[in-house]
Amino acid sequence: MTALIGTASGGAAPGTPPEAAPVARNRRRWSPYLLLLPGGLWLLLFFVLPSVQLAGTSLYDRSGSLETGYQQGFAFSNYLDAIQAYWPHLLRSAVYAGIATVICLVIGYPLAYAIAQKAGRWRNLMLVCVIAPFFTTFLVRTLAWKSILSDNGALVEFLRGLPLIGDDFRLLATPAAVICGLVYNFLPFMVLPLYASLERLDGRLLEASRDLYATPVQTFRKVTLPLSMPGVVAGTLLTFIPAAGDYINAELLGTPNQYMIGNVIDSSFLVRLDYPLAAALSFLLMATILIMVFAYVRRAGSEEVV
Amino acid sequence: MSLLSSGRSGASRRTVLRGAAAAGALAATGVFAGCGMPGTRRDPAECRAPDRSGSDRRLVVSNWPLYIDVSEDDESIRPTLELFTERTGISVSYQEDINDNNEFFGKVRNQLSACQPIDRDIVVLTDWMAARLVRLGWVQPLNPGALPNVTANLLDSLRDRPWDSDNKYAVPWQTGLSGIAYNGNVTSEVRSMDELLTRPDLRGKVTCLSEMRDTMGLLLLDQGSDPSNFTEQEFTRALDKLQAAVDNGHVRRFTGNDYAQELAKGDIAACVAWSGDVIQLNFEDEKVRFVPPDAGVMLWSDNMQVPNEATHQRNAEKFMNFYYEPAVAAELAAWVNYICPVKGAQEEMAKIDPELAENPLIFPDEQVLAGSKVFMPLNEAEERLYEEQFQQVIGA
Repeated sequence: MTALIGTASGGAAPGTPPEAAPVARNRRRWSPYLLLLPGGLWLLLFFVLPSVQLAGTSLYDRSGSLETGYQQGFAFSNYLDAIQAYWPHLLRSAVYAGIATVICLVIGYPLAYAIAQKAGRWRNLMLVCVIAPFFTTFLVRTLAWKSILSDNGALVEFLRGLPLIGDDFRLLATPAAVICGLVYNFLPFMVLPLYASLERLDGRLLEASRDLYATPVQTFRKVTLPLSMPGVVAGTLLTFIPAAGDYINAELLGTPNQYMIGNVIDSSFLVRLDYPLAAALSFLLMATILIMVFAYVRRAGSEEVV
Repeated sequence: MSLLSSGRSGASRRTVLRGAAAAGALAATGVFAGCGMPGTRRDPAECRAPDRSGSDRRLVVSNWPLYIDVSEDDESIRPTLELFTERTGISVSYQEDINDNNEFFGKVRNQLSACQPIDRDIVVLTDWMAARLVRLGWVQPLNPGALPNVTANLLDSLRDRPWDSDNKYAVPWQTGLSGIAYNGNVTSEVRSMDELLTRPDLRGKVTCLSEMRDTMGLLLLDQGSDPSNFTEQEFTRALDKLQAAVDNGHVRRFTGNDYAQELAKGDIAACVAWSGDVIQLNFEDEKVRFVPPDAGVMLWSDNMQVPNEATHQRNAEKFMNFYYEPAVAAELAAWVNYICPVKGAQEEMAKIDPELAENPLIFPDEQVLAGSKVFMPLNEAEERLYEEQFQQVIGA
């Protein structure tokens, strides 16, 4: 701000001594750094430093303990131990989050399209409805699903009435329940970016497509979908990444056989006090997500996803 | 300086990234070069703050939510606390900020391991966590001379517990039993852990507690072992039984307090449960019942302790002593419905609410108490060994 005012007044007042101009230019050179400073500091304090510390912790010698302290042993074997013991949880996290993301996309795309293109004066109301669940906390929302899917709840009673399934049927404490919880909790993260990109969709392009004798399906594939790809990519990332690290849904709606990597990290840090293993698992989770995201973005970027 | 001249604005993306990477690498080498994490055991004698109880008539207590009596008209009024303040002139800042032993431990770990104050004079933690704090040297020894009521009125089965001989470091706040609960609307009575884990009609409708000492203690009792003194083989045998029940889908999941709603609804037919929770459920639906298994029950307590560097220890001891007056203890027990650790409270309770005074889950009979066990104190290596095996079975 001071830099801007400095140049403005420098230009306006003809009597300013010539030395003022280089000072202002100098200030202007520094201003991007100054603007970056708050964000950079934040990142340094709350991301870089903890990450480095965590990386250090993940290499501690595991023969140590909280009571006696840990030695820095550069024990890369911690990572092998972690993978060996918990690869099913890592895999499960990726699979559950992946399925949940796909379902979110399938549900979210038509919804976002409808809100952006067809809702008219209901648009704002519908958007509020998408966000409304966020007015209650994550925990309460997940607990509500416990009631909905409950063994004696209306939904299961109804499904049992159908001749397709047996009396033993249940939803709560199954993978379906966990994925269902993930879909519900992260759906708005999918819908909002999709809405943002679909809302900007130029109607004239759709008309042009029609004028060129494209069928509605062709119009969707060749015009609408490619134009909304940024929304699709942003939405899937915003859904997949937090879903892969989530552990509340698995804990409340699942059983030990549905536990995800987040549950293991939670218990290693808080219950078992095995900090090196917990830190190694956190890094493995981060690495897994990064690899999957990079692979995805590369494909999506080259439009092969379509 | 070359950084600055590289573009008109001075900060291209690449240079900024390069700078950030350099800073990161610098920090990284700094921490990596450092050598691990120091041990956390402390000597309470060296972590003692000067006592300001005389001049500063205050006391800070951290306890679990819904664990103290409140007035029926106004939930912000806590009658026994007010009485304490009235009698001693000590104002109590009562915080309900302990929701989970492990979580609370994580919260105060850094301060206590560095001998720094946590600004609390009393914390209330469950046996095993209280034992851990004693082991780590994070709590102050109490002055028995200041606790005459405790000495006189503490239940016999809570004296000289293996991890706190002479009741030097901890005074029970409330006590409870772990046993079996079942919902009579969906199943018939369950009398033993064996039945709970193998009866075919319960399949998929059973939960166990994720607190190792409760679930494993009951399993050890069931196979004839003594939870207060068992061997690794015995533990493994009990754990195998649990593992089998998890593998074949008999056990639905492992819970904290959250089994209560599911048991009430009947999603869970039977489970390992805490007596205090079941009492509440039983008031609402008398078919939900607590069963002390014939093989014995586990007895646990939440304990008042004075953390290192607390500045109002004498006030804290007055507080502990006050709650061991039978009349005060009865008033508290009438509200919280856990087992009252104070002798003589039953007679006082008969004056407030004769029905509650007869309730075996608040004042259990001698026979149940005699058959109850407190889990063996574990050293750090054992705790880690058993906890790791148990966590593997419960899936996390």
